[in-house]
Amino acid sequence: MPAPIRLRELIRTIRTARTQAEEREMIQKECAAIRSSFREEDNTYRCRNVAKLLYMHMLGYPAHFGQLECLKLIASQKFTDKRIGYLGAMLLLDERQDVHLLMTNCIKNDLNHSTQYVQGLALCTLGCMGSSEMCRDLAGEVEKLLKTSNSYLRKKAALCAVHVIRKVPELMEMFLPATKNLLSEKNHGVLHTSVVLLTEMCERSPDMLSHFRKVHKLVPQLVRILKNLIMSGYSPEHDVSGISDPFLQVRILRLLRILGKGDDDSSEAMNDILAQVATNTETSKNVGNAILYETVLTIMDIKSESGLRVLAINILGRFLLNNDKNIRYVALTSLLKTVQTDHNAVQRHRSTIVDCLKDLDVSIKRRAMELSFALVNGNNIRGMMKELLYFLDSCDPDFKADCASGIFLAAEKYAPSKRWHIDTIMRVLTTAGSYVRDDSVPNLIQLITNSVEMHAYTVQRLYKALLDDISQQPLVQVASWCIGEYGDLLVSGQCEEEEPIQVSEDEVLDVLEGLLVSNLSTPVTRGYSLTAIMKLSTRFSSVNRIKKVVSIYGSSIDVELQQRAVEYNALFKKYDHMRPALLERMPIMEKTASNGPTEIVQTNGETESTILDTKHLPSITQPASQANDLLDLLGGNDVVPVIQTTVPTKPASAGGELLDLLGDLSLTGGPTPTPAPSVPMSQPPFLLDGLSSQPLFNDIAAGIPPMTAYNKNGLKIEFTFERANPNPNIAVITIHATNSTEADMTDFVFQAAVPKTFQLQLLSPSSNVVPAVNQGSVTQVIRVLNPQKQQLRMRIKLTYTHKGSPVQDLAEVNNFPPQSWQ
Amino acid sequence: MIKAILIFNNHGKPRLIRFYQYFAEDMQQQIIRETFHLVSKRDDNVCNFLEGGSLIGGSDYKLIYRHYATLYFVFCVDSSESELGILDLIQVFVETLDKCFENVCELDLIFHMDKVHYILQEVVMGGMVLETNMNEIVGQVELQNRMEKSEGGLSAAPARAVSAVKNMNLPEIPRNINIGDINIKVPSLSPF
Repeated sequence: MPAPIRLRELIRTIRTARTQAEEREMIQKECAAIRSSFREEDNTYRCRNVAKLLYMHMLGYPAHFGQLECLKLIASQKFTDKRIGYLGAMLLLDERQDVHLLMTNCIKNDLNHSTQYVQGLALCTLGCMGSSEMCRDLAGEVEKLLKTSNSYLRKKAALCAVHVIRKVPELMEMFLPATKNLLSEKNHGVLHTSVVLLTEMCERSPDMLSHFRKVHKLVPQLVRILKNLIMSGYSPEHDVSGISDPFLQVRILRLLRILGKGDDDSSEAMNDILAQVATNTETSKNVGNAILYETVLTIMDIKSESGLRVLAINILGRFLLNNDKNIRYVALTSLLKTVQTDHNAVQRHRSTIVDCLKDLDVSIKRRAMELSFALVNGNNIRGMMKELLYFLDSCDPDFKADCASGIFLAAEKYAPSKRWHIDTIMRVLTTAGSYVRDDSVPNLIQLITNSVEMHAYTVQRLYKALLDDISQQPLVQVASWCIGEYGDLLVSGQCEEEEPIQVSEDEVLDVLEGLLVSNLSTPVTRGYSLTAIMKLSTRFSSVNRIKKVVSIYGSSIDVELQQRAVEYNALFKKYDHMRPALLERMPIMEKTASNGPTEIVQTNGETESTILDTKHLPSITQPASQANDLLDLLGGNDVVPVIQTTVPTKPASAGGELLDLLGDLSLTGGPTPTPAPSVPMSQPPFLLDGLSSQPLFNDIAAGIPPMTAYNKNGLKIEFTFERANPNPNIAVITIHATNSTEADMTDFVFQAAVPKTFQLQLLSPSSNVVPAVNQGSVTQVIRVLNPQKQQLRMRIKLTYTHKGSPVQDLAEVNNFPPQSWQ
Repeated sequence: MIKAILIFNNHGKPRLIRFYQYFAEDMQQQIIRETFHLVSKRDDNVCNFLEGGSLIGGSDYKLIYRHYATLYFVFCVDSSESELGILDLIQVFVETLDKCFENVCELDLIFHMDKVHYILQEVVMGGMVLETNMNEIVGQVELQNRMEKSEGGLSAAPARAVSAVKNMNLPEIPRNINIGDINIKVPSLSPF
């Protein structure tokens, strides 16, 4: 068997391959040769073969058959063999293979070898891929080496100890005694790795951290070392671009950060040195900036004095102006972290940050965008929005979705006027319309309905935008919804804010029909436009045209459109008398009241006819059914009084309570926005179908069990809980007061008080008569804001007249279930 | 912690791969490909930090890279490492390679992959920075290389002599010189 070729030969040969297939062939041939050589158990050439195998592994070819050979090499006496063997073990083996445990004994022997380089190899391997079993077995050896005077071995042992601690955290205490003297080393390598070891220990265990702070007095030691580094002048050994061992400085600063965080004494002790480093470091080279950056992060994290903090932010501001892109990136990242705590200081650099939006670098742009959104407030909203809209125009598609959402949020929070708000939204929709998130369409529609005085202006602008471009679906959806709602304003030319345009009914219908047939419209958009056309039947006079359109789509292939068209057709034919009421203007929607009881909706949505009936007869007292009650509510402002009269006559049913709840929460109308795709009609009840994930107004679903708060003299008060969905800190409690005595309790007043950390809102009761013999109940809603999530407690006061005599009682309620306030 | 160190050339061919966290072989190759794609798209005047690709996993990791001539040096690190510090570390590593190989170029890395690994082992161990002093590193590597040489090196001594002879470039020795009328036959000498 000829001697296996050398590594160099192999590499040369492989490089001559001109195609992937050729290369694969050569490698396979060589692998076969290597395999037979391994079988021959040839000691001389084994190292060479393993080297070749590692090369082929790097290129991506399988090399697992070399694993055992690596172990044999490790066991050999020659340094060459051990070197390549350990390298092979690190590259090919890991703790998932059982084979690796065989190494333990070899490593143990090598850790005690006479040659320091062999010991070094063993430490290196253990520190790279030692499994927890190996670490447990060999931790003692590592600890011994940690105390040796040989600096080469000491530094390796320190890093190996870090690995051991990561794998087996319980062994951390074992290394504690050895750390005592680590920082008194002169050798920078040892110092560096020791600081890493101390950092790891402090990060992992708060006990260690306090131990190092108090007992070990680590902070003064570190401060001393840092001072020496800065003051020592030129030292050729450790110099990097004129700064003495910047890597060590950075490491020490990081450890100081961990030690100083949250601890006054330690922070006090390091204030001086931090100020010194911050002012004296050369910033012309990257190394100086690295140190400054680390210093700034440390200052921001510990309890530093305000002067130091201002200094830090100014340094970051200077970084922002630096030409070096890396520095700017790093500055933006750290400003993002500090903007929450030091908002005002960061505001000063707002203009620079906004300039960074125009940078060519993608990473910098993203950081600048996030930071800009964090800096927007009521004062700078107009200026910032201009910049952000400009950015939205020109940025990459990946950014557009995030930017659009950010703009909507900012606009909602700080809009100086409604008109400005609508203009901004229009601008976003027209520039980045297709990237806008799906949930923004309902939000926008809700916003538009709420700004009543802007309806004419809005619909006009949207109409104009539609004329220009129908490809951006969110824009088209919002526009068609608005035209459906406010088409009459559009045609009558009533706009105050800007020049009213002359539009005829036919033109509007042309546009909407155009949407229906266009290839650019998605099915959802088509649904919107069909509904919009239908709504216009009550607002326009050209009803025949609309009837025609609707009947055409009665045979559409799209099931959704077909269903809508058929239902609308039915509306024209059989229920024409109801059409005006059904299709009248949407009431203002309250944003947070989208507590849409989807369960209730299921019962609503069953049959069209029952709902139409109830809608048609709002004033008749209906049988107590959840559906009907809800409907009344949703009917609109005029229907609210109906609720209050019908309620007391109904027995306390889930629906009744629900009703009161909804009534009391001063919903003035349909709590939900229309445009969920699955909504066939613009009827309010169906709206709730679309509400996807609002949790129920149903106790059982909320999972908090009801409780009895008071039960005395025949008066029983029960609390049931819900969570007000948008704000988890608000608990909504409904009290049900029932009376088991034979006489009614009249003039019933329920009052409640809560501890100072809570806020209470008591809404009006359903009535003030608690009927006798449990015939009915009085319900009332309490909303409790509990921002600190403390245990809920309440003191209640009840006054009522029973059998002619007034009764008053005080009680404390302490038995709230934990889920209600957690 | 440094999660991986990758060196590849302008065409994506790997020159040195070191992972400090376990990845299956095919994952490793995929990571190399993906990293190459991300890094090669970058202009020369943008910053040297990239948010990590999806494969290396997690939002905590960043790719910090430097482009030297035909090679990309990419370090994949997490948030416990200082970004600017790693940039300096890459510089130290490259300068060390330069000292060890005397004006290092891509070919050196190709043919001495094992040596590059040994040098790297003296700088980064287990994903953590071990030594940053160039002279220290070079000194240690030199001593170890000397030890290896004294044992005969990777090639193993006997083979060296044989291959040395095989590779010797001997000039062609003329066998027949035709000088016209005089027919002098030169005896054929055995090659030496």
